[in-house]
Amino acid sequence: MPGQRRHRKRRNKSHTTVIAPLDFLAVTGRGLLSACQTTGSLALFALAGLTHLVRPPFYGRVFARVMLQMAYFSLPVVALTAIFTGMVLALQSYTGFSRFSAESAVANVVVLSITRELGPVLAGLMVAGRVGAAMAAEIGTMRVTDQIDALATLSTNPMKYLVAPRLLAGVISLPLLVVVADILGVMGGYIVSTLKLGFNAETYLTRTMNFLEPMDVISGLVKAAVFGFIIALMGCYQGYHSRGGAEGVGSATTSAVVAASILILGFDYFLTEMFFAR
Amino acid sequence: MTTAKIRVRGLRKSFGGKRVLEGVDLEIMPSTSMVVIGGSGSGKSVLVKCILGLIEPEAGEIEIDGQDILELSRADQEEVRGRMGMLFQNGALFDSLQVWENIGFGLIARGKSTRSQARERATELLTMVGLGAGVRDLYPSELSGGMQKRVALARAIAAEPDILFFDEPTTGLDPIMGAVIDDLIMELVRGTGSTTVAITHDMASARRIGDSAAMLYQGQIVWTGPATKLMNSGNPLVDQFTHGRLEGPIEVEVSRE
Ligand SMILES: Nc1ncnc2c1ncn2[C@@H]1O[C@H](COP(=O)(O)OP(=O)(O)OP(=O)(O)O)[C@@H](O)[C@H]1O
Ligand SMILES: [Mg+2]
Repeated sequence: MPGQRRHRKRRNKSHTTVIAPLDFLAVTGRGLLSACQTTGSLALFALAGLTHLVRPPFYGRVFARVMLQMAYFSLPVVALTAIFTGMVLALQSYTGFSRFSAESAVANVVVLSITRELGPVLAGLMVAGRVGAAMAAEIGTMRVTDQIDALATLSTNPMKYLVAPRLLAGVISLPLLVVVADILGVMGGYIVSTLKLGFNAETYLTRTMNFLEPMDVISGLVKAAVFGFIIALMGCYQGYHSRGGAEGVGSATTSAVVAASILILGFDYFLTEMFFAR
Repeated sequence: MTTAKIRVRGLRKSFGGKRVLEGVDLEIMPSTSMVVIGGSGSGKSVLVKCILGLIEPEAGEIEIDGQDILELSRADQEEVRGRMGMLFQNGALFDSLQVWENIGFGLIARGKSTRSQARERATELLTMVGLGAGVRDLYPSELSGGMQKRVALARAIAAEPDILFFDEPTTGLDPIMGAVIDDLIMELVRGTGSTTVAITHDMASARRIGDSAAMLYQGQIVWTGPATKLMNSGNPLVDQFTHGRLEGPIEVEVSRE
């Protein structure tokens, strides 16, 4: 390793302390530059995908297939996540709030947490693991087996055929899933509260609706749309730029899921701030 | 004198620090068939992908019908490339589509036919490449490698393009099927007047389908001539290559450790 040899040589000299911080700067700078480059190419990629959405031809068949994969086949995973989350939320807040006699707030806590925060975030993370990975793997395989090149030789723009329908499906399908997650999450809380914690069914439901504002639900759905876009974008981007056979596709898949998950959590904070912090 | 259908001049392309094409010059006359030979990794596929616009070369000219396509607007480039067809080395069939959808893909994409017409046409094409109508509704993963190659061939010729590129059309086929595919390629040139470029490692097939031949070595075309001369070209590089001799001017890069 040339790098190691260089370091060993330096250690013998007296000005090591001067060089080391500069090395560190160089590494940071390089990292920063490549981060900027990635952000830039990601933005261009997203822009290219979006502009193809408004110019014909449109590939309804591909869109339908991706919608099926993204929305319909994700239903069980998202539903289970939502129900259990609602249940555990009710239980946790009940046992926690009873310390200062605020048990009556359980219904409100459940519905606000689910609609504003946990519904979109958990659905987003589950779909990122399920669908984002599948997209990266599918498009990545198409890349390394020349199928994307083949599309181009058959008068079909790969960005339009592969990427645009997926971006659209992401933006549409995740809010739909979150509507389901909201309902089932509240239901999970309701089940535990009435069957286990001894709440009156009618009062629980009244309390659920009492303080719920349209904005709570809407903000959750907007978040979901953004997360859906992020998932599809990362899946397509990583797949599209994968290199080097099966291994390259594997690492593209991992990157897609990791990047989408982190971006979801990051954007979650900023969207929340945008909606509620005044 | 007629203008060449395809004329490549000074084409250069490198990947990272690795120089693959270092000034390729090639001329292919209309309605003829050119065979390109060369060692594994010599850049034959890269050359063809450059002409198709799938890889952007660093320098050089690519003229189609006397027009430098690298200078054209993007829409015009796409128009020119819409008249080209390509059989990829490994088939590159779309996994998520059935065989007939694969074959009819270009027809549907160019608006030349409806889905049901494309399905009819796919059946005809399957017969031409020696496959029964039974495979029409299968997915590519359900076919053998040789069958995939023939479906890919059917897809490449479906729209009857002006210019056809075949990247190792007979590799992976049995000898008889190889001959059938060779016949088909010759028929295409004579029947529809297409210009074809075929990359092959199979010298018998090269002499059958090629009018002319060219050899790519170290990033350049080192020899062109009639395909019938392939086995006795008088060029030491070509002779060593076509006869598969270990001794000669071509350094065989095999590490024996
Ligand atoms: N997309 C790419 N990125 C990086 N390097 C590439 C790429 N495509 C091809 N190469 C390199 O270019 C060289 C030529 O590749 P090419 O596929 O053209 O070889 P070939 O002549 O078709 O060989 P074969 O007969 O084995 O198919 C190889 O060394 C390959 O590693
Ligand atoms: Mg090749």
